[in-house]
Amino acid sequence: MSEEVTLEILRYRPEVDREPRFQTYTIPYQEDWVVLDGLNHIKDYVDPTLSYRWSCHMAICGSCGVMINGEPKLACHAFLRDYRHDVIRIEPLDHFPIERDLVTVMDGFMEKLSSVKPYLIAKQAKDLSDGENLQTPLQLMAFKQYTLCINCLLCYAACPQCGLNEDFVGPAALALAHRYNLDSRDSGAEERADVVASNEGIWECTFVGACSEVCPKHVDPAAAIQQTKISASLDWFKARLLPGAHR
Amino acid sequence: MPRSNKPILWLPFAAGGLVAALVIPVLILITGLLLPLGIAHLPYEKMATFAHNLLGKLILFGTVALPTWHAAHRLRMTAHDLGLGGGFAVKAISYGSAWVLIAATAAALIAI
Amino acid sequence: MSRRPYLRKIKRSWWLGHRRYAVYMVRELTSLFAGLYCALLVVGLWRLVQGRVAWEGFLAALSSPLGVAFQLVCLAFASYHSVTWFALTPKAMPLAVRGEPVPPKMIVGLHYGAWVVVSLIVLIAAGV
Repeated sequence: MSEEVTLEILRYRPEVDREPRFQTYTIPYQEDWVVLDGLNHIKDYVDPTLSYRWSCHMAICGSCGVMINGEPKLACHAFLRDYRHDVIRIEPLDHFPIERDLVTVMDGFMEKLSSVKPYLIAKQAKDLSDGENLQTPLQLMAFKQYTLCINCLLCYAACPQCGLNEDFVGPAALALAHRYNLDSRDSGAEERADVVASNEGIWECTFVGACSEVCPKHVDPAAAIQQTKISASLDWFKARLLPGAHR
Repeated sequence: MPRSNKPILWLPFAAGGLVAALVIPVLILITGLLLPLGIAHLPYEKMATFAHNLLGKLILFGTVALPTWHAAHRLRMTAHDLGLGGGFAVKAISYGSAWVLIAATAAALIAI
Repeated sequence: MSRRPYLRKIKRSWWLGHRRYAVYMVRELTSLFAGLYCALLVVGLWRLVQGRVAWEGFLAALSSPLGVAFQLVCLAFASYHSVTWFALTPKAMPLAVRGEPVPPKMIVGLHYGAWVVVSLIVLIAAGV
């Protein structure tokens, strides 16, 4: 019994295409296949020119993010059997420039990520002889969920504010800033605030919440941003109302 | 990037959201359903006495001003979402209307 | 081989493209009806200033068919605002008591409790 499924994939080859266009492929259907298996089948047996990113095939590397029937998903995390009666429409992630086919330009995101200083910033430099940082399990629990981001960018594709303003720092970068701000070993919240608390930072967010809905690792960037809005607002008032407060 | 001054708009917005959530539905229930049905009566003497009282004035002011501000800020952000621009006109209309209503509330409460 | 990245711009109708975004728009528009009702309350305060006859005219307008219809629409949207606001609060303000996180459902439940208490206080104060 050979069943088939139809994939409609957005192609874009800058050297020959003026703009992206859909190309339809019919491939074998297998009960245990994910969309990524379908893409690999096309590349291996049907059309080797199809370009896309992938690596781990187990939803941990964050490479294979695509739009599947208008929804941001990891291609390795979406089973063909959930779409078997539809034509499966596959497009590159929304809100990013298309490099080629399903490959997007991620440079903007990489800049945003480094701009939030995603590393431990110590109050004073420590000597190795001072020993290691100590942290209790409870202190780890405070920020652990925000460490789980795999930079798959599904949240940027889901977020309408990312679509409306390409300068918006975005959910993943802001969630990572929050991860460090909550880390008991870190003292860098003030330094990060120049980017995080700017108009292109948390304040572009209107709590649509789509980012958290599509996140495959349940990081909940929406929560991170709202919590940061509260702390940033309190800091703003403290800086202006309390005598001698650092501005 | 310079730090935003959004907090001055946002904190009252958040407070207004909570006040609106807790108080507005029951108020509408009273004025929109119980009053027309004759179950609630809002006699002039009682309302005027409440509004004469300083605490009453503060409660009335908070109940009206905060949700008004909440609506203004939220509608300004929504206008941007709808592609109606984030320019001066949108801000002037939304926050301007809010200030007019808030000033009118204060003036009424002072006059009572 | 030269690069020519192609950006697909977001459509103005983006919020109609998926149920999740349409629901978000409705959630945001609840504030319009809260604002309109507050404008009504401001009118009421001024009728109070103007004296008994003006106040009673205001009460009559509130009780008119148009007044009731408008307020029922406001009530629907205002209630939806409350429900969505309470649901989102635990995300914005996670609580921890002695290091242990408070379950989000408890935070939401406390808000509903406060909603009931405040409503009862207002109803009693209004003489219902």
